[in-house]
Amino acid sequence: MQPVIDVQGAVKRYGQGDSSIYALAGVDLTIQPGEYVAIMGPSGSGKSTLMNIMGALDNMTAGKYFLDGIEISSMNENELSIVRGRKIGFIFQSFNLIPRTTALANVELPLAYQGIKSAERRIRATKALEVVGLADRMQHEPTELSGGQQQRVAVARALATRPSLLLADEPTGALDSKSTADLLDLFDQINAAGRTVVVITHEADVSERAKRVIRMRDGKIVGDTMNSGRVA
Amino acid sequence: MSILEIIRFAFRGLSINRLRTFLTTLGIMIGVMSVIVLIAVGNGSSKAVQQSLDRLGTNSIQVRSGGGGFGTRARSVANNTKPLTVADTVALIDPVQAPDIKQAAPVMNANATCVNGTSTSTPSTFSGSWPSYFEASNTSIAKGVYFSNDDVTQARRVAVIGNTTATELFGTDNPIGQTIRCGGIPFTIIGTTTIKGSTGFQDGDSLFLAPITAVQNSLTGYQPLSSIIVEAKSAKTTDAAQAEIQTILDARHKVKTSSSRDYRLFNQATLLATSSSSSKVFTVLLGVVAGISLLVGGIGITNIMLVTVVERTREIGIRKAIGAPKRAILSQFLIEATILSLVGGALGVIGGFVGSHFQIVGVKPVIVPSSVFLAFGVSVLIGLFFGGYPASRAASLRPIEALRYE
Repeated sequence: MQPVIDVQGAVKRYGQGDSSIYALAGVDLTIQPGEYVAIMGPSGSGKSTLMNIMGALDNMTAGKYFLDGIEISSMNENELSIVRGRKIGFIFQSFNLIPRTTALANVELPLAYQGIKSAERRIRATKALEVVGLADRMQHEPTELSGGQQQRVAVARALATRPSLLLADEPTGALDSKSTADLLDLFDQINAAGRTVVVITHEADVSERAKRVIRMRDGKIVGDTMNSGRVA
Repeated sequence: MSILEIIRFAFRGLSINRLRTFLTTLGIMIGVMSVIVLIAVGNGSSKAVQQSLDRLGTNSIQVRSGGGGFGTRARSVANNTKPLTVADTVALIDPVQAPDIKQAAPVMNANATCVNGTSTSTPSTFSGSWPSYFEASNTSIAKGVYFSNDDVTQARRVAVIGNTTATELFGTDNPIGQTIRCGGIPFTIIGTTTIKGSTGFQDGDSLFLAPITAVQNSLTGYQPLSSIIVEAKSAKTTDAAQAEIQTILDARHKVKTSSSRDYRLFNQATLLATSSSSSKVFTVLLGVVAGISLLVGGIGITNIMLVTVVERTREIGIRKAIGAPKRAILSQFLIEATILSLVGGALGVIGGFVGSHFQIVGVKPVIVPSSVFLAFGVSVLIGLFFGGYPASRAASLRPIEALRYE
């Protein structure tokens, strides 16, 4: 089967010459469709950089990256924007909803950028919000929603485009334990429906829910294990 | 992503900070409005000058003593300049030598203050002439009568006065039949002229006209004439009439070359050319000042859009992360800037039309249609041009850097 993510020899260097720092010092990673992967590591280990590269938000100094078999590392900005819109659903620690814009409009936005007609957009956005359990909050603006609700809007926004890959960067970092549990249940549900989920976290209770845990340190992968408690 | 949608985003963006949007729009509005109003003022003043020159009569030619330049009468004694005389005037009324001249009248100017009881008035034009002066200078009588040829031969001290002079001396009373003293000499008012209006430099109704003989006898003595006013048969024959005047006067004054002429001719055409060129300069200057204010408004747009882009860096990052193409971000900010300038421009046009209804420093503005299109068009271009830089900055932000921005 063709992997969703195939990263080969990824290097990310900041600065020049002696003072340069390697955020990624040669990372190889393959993730198959339907996997639920947690990437763990202390801060500065390069996990966020890897995440940004997988999400086509950042470029590499060296190495190759294939998403669904398509080489991303050689694309220009215009092609990248299409990839971000269609292949990847992003969830951030700080939710990153557009302010002063209703939940529904937020979820519709990536669909709008893809050129989907407004009627179909509305149907798909509504459905996505129903999936995350916010059918009754569609007309609320971000400031009228709790953190957990905002993060679920973000999940709905990420799902609405039916991406190959759901990338979450510390998604529970700003949530209380109840909301964290709800969100993780949601991730389980999404993964059970067959979608590939990659979560960056340093919280053990988040990584426990994943099927595969990758550990990073100093820009390198130092551990890649299947979670024993779960069936891969 | 349809353009309509991007326009909606742009409106949403603008509605976030209404006061700022309003003030930026105001800048463009003032710019456009001042372009329209100031050009209208320039245009209005040149129209007013033209109108009053038209009222002076299009066929009339003035002959003044002296060589080059204005106000050279003083040289007439010193140089070989021969003064203009009544005999010159008579020579010009010669149907054989000057078939295109309808009539001519000698003009003797004086400076005198007129008194009626406690009221005084100093007419800006105080002249003695012949009855033909009235027609040649396009002056007609509103009340009373013209003075006659008989009045001239008898040197009767009668006078026709303009509206301003009449009001200054008599208020609302009927001046006809009354006697006033001008320079100490009594004159009886026999008529008032119809209102001429201002020529822009001089009040055409501040006027005192009397038989030339009366003025010479009592006030000026027998000095050379101030000027001769000549009326051509029609506007078309003005040039021919001018040539005839030159032939006759050159012979009488023994002028050999055209450069050594001791008199000058002024006609409507030269006056119009002078006044229209000076009012053109005036209009251009006003337009430049207004254009600068429009430019300042445009810089205001750049400034605000740059601030907006910085403020919304994170939002731009989010939009890019969820798949917004560069084009969509670029157009969103460009459209925001264009809406600002478009709305400002439209309000400015309205403001310009409203503002042009009022008299400004005594000038009734006349809108120049092309200035409206120009100002509006420039304001829209300003939006695109001055919004372009901030918009392209927003569009070329790297998503990861934009997202990290706090």
